Amino acid sequence: MMSSGYEIRWHGRGGQGAKTAALLLADVAFKTGKYVQGFPEYGPERMGAPITAFNRISENPIRVHSNIYTPDLVVVVDETLLHTVDVTAGLKEEGAVLVNTSMTEGEVRTLLKGWQGKIYTIDARKISLECLGKYFPNSPMLAAAVAVSGVMEKEEFIADMEASYHHKFAKKPEVIEGNMKALKMTFRVMEDVAA
Amino acid sequence: MAIRERMSGNEAVAYGIRQVNPDVMPAFPITPSTEIPQMVSTYIANGEIDTEFIPVESEHSSMSAAIGAEAAGARSLTATSSAGLALMWEELLLAASNRMPLVLTLVNRTLSGPININCDHSDGMGARDTGWIQIYAENNQEAYDNFLQAYPIAEHSDVHLPVMVCQDGFITSHAVENIELLEDDVVKDFVGEYEPEEYLLNPGKPIAVGPYSVTAYAMEAKKNQELALERSKEVILQVAKEFEKISGRKYGLFEEYRTEDADYIMLIMGSAAGTAKQAVDDLRLQGKKVGVIKLRVFRPFPAQELAQALKNCKAAAIMDRCESYNGNGGPLGSEVTAGLYRSKVMIETVNYIYGLAGRDFTVNEVYDVFSQLEDLVENGKEAEQYQYIGLRKTGGAQ
Repeated sequence: MMSSGYEIRWHGRGGQGAKTAALLLADVAFKTGKYVQGFPEYGPERMGAPITAFNRISENPIRVHSNIYTPDLVVVVDETLLHTVDVTAGLKEEGAVLVNTSMTEGEVRTLLKGWQGKIYTIDARKISLECLGKYFPNSPMLAAAVAVSGVMEKEEFIADMEASYHHKFAKKPEVIEGNMKALKMTFRVMEDVAA
Repeated sequence: MAIRERMSGNEAVAYGIRQVNPDVMPAFPITPSTEIPQMVSTYIANGEIDTEFIPVESEHSSMSAAIGAEAAGARSLTATSSAGLALMWEELLLAASNRMPLVLTLVNRTLSGPININCDHSDGMGARDTGWIQIYAENNQEAYDNFLQAYPIAEHSDVHLPVMVCQDGFITSHAVENIELLEDDVVKDFVGEYEPEEYLLNPGKPIAVGPYSVTAYAMEAKKNQELALERSKEVILQVAKEFEKISGRKYGLFEEYRTEDADYIMLIMGSAAGTAKQAVDDLRLQGKKVGVIKLRVFRPFPAQELAQALKNCKAAAIMDRCESYNGNGGPLGSEVTAGLYRSKVMIETVNYIYGLAGRDFTVNEVYDVFSQLEDLVENGKEAEQYQYIGLRKTGGAQ
């Protein structure tokens, strides 16, 4: 079967920015010359409801317009979803799951219905509180997804994100510095695990 | 020089609107098309375009205001989805019968109920007999390209009909993908300035719009409208040729993908066509002779052209993202088979209903459809002529 490139599935809750993170990842991968897709799947329209978002990143034009069932990477933005959603469903054996949590890898594994493959953890809450003073997990999760997937070079990503944030937060420039700090701190934390 | 970008389908259409700079846009928000008037309002607030934006209290009014503006001689448009289109129903008929060349960017969403915000074609299909030209897009690129071609088609002196440019809600409207944009001056040259032949604000040539027509003349008015819709087919193809010169992208009434020697063809509309093409490429690697026809222009309906395109295959799957509640199949299923019969093309067909209310349609399901067609022809295994694909299995989660 033909590959649709690298596929990422995001699990989050409405209002946490999983969709925004997927769209930002599409944005930065686009800038490296790739073909990209970034799209959300909406459930009930309310804050806190489980939502899924998707990325396809490929060297070739992407034509498939369905959800992703056999991802290379699963990103879990909200650890409480581990109890209710089978997040590793269809995840490729050689793939990986990245979880926003303060739990250890071993603790996460006990919640993942028999998943044998790679698990990465990142405490996005801690990083976000430290850098932004508020809990916005999407910047750290985005950086962690880039680190784990290797879809682009970290330096290139940092430079692109700086430009993106200046555009996205043109009316709220005070949050740019904190977000940039969160990205860089995430990379430092991830260095040991995702080398 | 094309501009390499990435954006969602809604952004792409809004970008096209900015480039065309229409005169008047009345709109009322409804998911998933809300972003279009929202982005256009931003362009206006930033002084990038001088379109007159009219915030109205309902879609009944947005279409009424668009008709009024168009009748006055202004290039007009609006955007909507689902229940918004349903509320416009009366005005859709007025726009077409009064021969108003306005444009509606429809972001396809299911009609209630159950209430749901996701994609199917029931809104567009519900308006299929209102006299509008309907053009459907596979992706953000086509949503943009079709929008740019809409006014040249609508305003053509052989046509004078409104055009609905449709794209799949969320699947393309909210998906960020790569796109090639044209430069502003290229678009402006292509679309040109609007010079209406007859309009209300023309004291030199007074006209009436929408008066009562007595029975002695009303039927001729309707026939003339029908003739205009028939003529639009040729204009749509001419405009596509002109568009190819500036973009390099080729458009027709439909696209034939690997159908030349195909035994089995899937006929489909909208974003799922891309999924079908991917599946066809996969199956071709296994030696299966399969292809896809993506219908782009649903109105006017290219019945004979489709019959010719299908005549050499052994079986066709006709895919409807809409239920007709007639007990006999979806709109595409009914119209395509009627066209085949009239052209004496007696191939096997199966009409599938898929993707209602955002139900995902996958590459695997395309494999299943082709495998059922093959079974029907090669092994004589009977297939329901009208059936659903992608339903939940009884009693279990999907």
